Amino acid sequence: MILAILETAKQAISEASWETITAACDLAQKTNDSVTALLIGREVRALAPTLSGVSTVLVAEDPQLDSYIPEAFAKIVSEVIKQKSPQIVLAPGTETGNDLMARVAARLGLGLATNCTEFHLTRSGEGQGEVRVTRSNWGGSLLEEVEILSKPILLTLQPHAIPAHAAAGPEPAIEALSPTLTAKEFRVRVKELLRSEKKGISLTEAKIVIGGGRGLGSAEAFKMLEELASLLGNAAVGATRVATNNNWRPHSDQIGQTGAQIAPDLYIACGISGAIQHMVGCKNSKKILAINKDAEAPIFQRADYGVIGDLHQIVPALIAELKRVKGA
Amino acid sequence: MKVLVCVKRVPDTGGGFKLTPDGMRVDTTNVGFAVSPHEECAVEEAIRIIEKHGGSSTVLTLGPPAAGEQLREAIAKGITGAILVEAEDYESWDPAATAQAIAETVKPLGFDLLLFGNESADTCNYQVGVRVAHLLELPCVTGIKALEIQNGKAIAKRETKDGWEVYEVTLPAVFTVKEGINTPRHPSLRGIMSAKKVPIEQKRVTKPAPQLVRKALKKPQEGRQLEILGQGPEAVPKIVEKLRELGAI
Ligand SMILES: Cc1cc2nc3c(=O)[nH]c(=O)nc-3n(C[C@H](O)[C@H](O)[C@H](O)COP(=O)(O)OP(=O)(O)OC[C@H]3O[C@@H](n4cnc5c(N)ncnc54)[C@H](O)[C@@H]3O)c2cc1C
Ligand SMILES: Cc1cc2nc3c(=O)[nH]c(=O)nc-3n(C[C@H](O)[C@H](O)[C@H](O)COP(=O)(O)OP(=O)(O)OC[C@H]3O[C@@H](n4cnc5c(N)ncnc54)[C@H](O)[C@@H]3O)c2cc1C
Repeated sequence: MILAILETAKQAISEASWETITAACDLAQKTNDSVTALLIGREVRALAPTLSGVSTVLVAEDPQLDSYIPEAFAKIVSEVIKQKSPQIVLAPGTETGNDLMARVAARLGLGLATNCTEFHLTRSGEGQGEVRVTRSNWGGSLLEEVEILSKPILLTLQPHAIPAHAAAGPEPAIEALSPTLTAKEFRVRVKELLRSEKKGISLTEAKIVIGGGRGLGSAEAFKMLEELASLLGNAAVGATRVATNNNWRPHSDQIGQTGAQIAPDLYIACGISGAIQHMVGCKNSKKILAINKDAEAPIFQRADYGVIGDLHQIVPALIAELKRVKGA
Repeated sequence: MKVLVCVKRVPDTGGGFKLTPDGMRVDTTNVGFAVSPHEECAVEEAIRIIEKHGGSSTVLTLGPPAAGEQLREAIAKGITGAILVEAEDYESWDPAATAQAIAETVKPLGFDLLLFGNESADTCNYQVGVRVAHLLELPCVTGIKALEIQNGKAIAKRETKDGWEVYEVTLPAVFTVKEGINTPRHPSLRGIMSAKKVPIEQKRVTKPAPQLVRKALKKPQEGRQLEILGQGPEAVPKIVEKLRELGAI
């Protein structure tokens, strides 16, 4: 049995969870096995019948589980693993999924491979055979192949690595679980939720992102990127770690391994050298245009279009030209 | 207040990775070493907490003797003590083994607050902090971007798509930190000089059996063909033409 741990948000199965189901079904097909899914929450049972392709859905409901409660969820998953003895347990490699599975692995004393992108099974069924996975290193700049020695195999799936597709099949059987939770499992829980005001177009949603790096030279210089963004429309301004560490921009604008991962139609990189830790955050952009005064800068090996020269001359000239074109 | 912060020595690669001929690791000939930005922020947070509340801060790493360099960088910024857990064959340690060695080392030392990076820079396993917390039976919140200590409690915030989740836990507790929680300071010249004199406590541990074993390392496909649009402001008409072609204007 392959156990798929699902995440829900606002009464729906999350995108990363659909990807997890797809990956679990693929694995089950290869190993002649079946998929059992686990739903945890206050009221999640209604979601179970939608999970076609899965043979059984385990539903762990409790009125106290109104949000992700790390230790309570970890206890439920650990107990299901002990009772049902799955060969493989797969969860989404999201922040919550990785947090949950790290806690489960610690409780059960098992290894855990996070953010897997590919699975290589030589044999399964008997719980023997070699299990290797490919997982993301350096935020996705490198891929590592690891063998997992402990059983059952605990994995999380890198979001967007495997596109979700609907699996055909009869409606799954539903089995209700009654979790026993104690106060200990509630010592870490959300006490309050603060909503933040949305201003402008967010980095991850913008169709065009204009990134600024050390070449900008000051917080002041970012104003011209803002102006360019407003001329282009549906555009947002991002930055490199050098720019955020110099307090030219807030950290929330940082693109890269330890910042945001963006996937716009166009990324315009200004005064950015193209360090791998930055590029891993924008590599899913459809097109990348780089403006850099150094023809040897690594960004030119990772861009579609290049302009060589001083951005402090090129960007203002581009703004003037766009204004002229728009005015006309 | 006794604060612990754990860091990991990793190659400081900027322009690109070169792999060793056997494809098993990043070639570190002619590269410097660093710690992850998340861990730099954890170090900064530890220093700020001690500046505000008093007490001591200790930086710990498990790795080769050369990792003393990363400990001294933290001391130069204001951390007051350092522990090097010397691990032979450190490249074959897995997160569970690393956590076990850290937990064993720090258990008798009675820290009130234990800070980790959310994930390491290189292997990104997202779990050492959580595993240490489990072994020490302490509460743990991962991926925090704000932390405040008040009357034996820690108030930590985690950023979500719509805002912030606020957690309140009783100390001692473990937190894994994300970049953005603060802007790390640079060490002062005086700090760098005096860091050389601070003793590093050496510990030895035996390696627990690993459950994850690396078999290969590879680079993902990168496929872009560069077209140079021109040089300097004279390239502007070409840029505009391209923006039009791409539907950007
Ligand atoms: C584990 C780890 C995680 C990291 N995470 C991130 C991350 O999330 N995001 C991130 O951005 N970085 C990250 N970094 C840092 C990263 O390695 C680089 O240091 C950083 O991206 C460099 O920023 P930069 O391109 O602005 O600066 P530089 O590398 O200094 O490049 C500046 C570029 O600007 C050009 N330039 C200068 N003046 C001009 C001008 N007038 N006109 C045109 N061009 C000009 C120069 O030719 C140069 O190429 C991380 C590093 C590590 C080790
Ligand atoms: C210098 C060094 C080089 C290595 N090179 C390789 C290699 O080439 N191939 C390979 O397969 N394995 C290597 N390993 C071992 C592997 O990275 C371990 O699995 C690792 O220690 C734990 O995983 P992680 O760092 O990805 O953990 P994560 O769970 O991502 O780390 C989270 C946090 O835990 C703390 N932490 C993690 N590791 C340490 C540590 N060693 N000391 C102190 N705090 C730590 C940090 O605060 C980190 O931000 C290396 C380990 C070290 C110390």
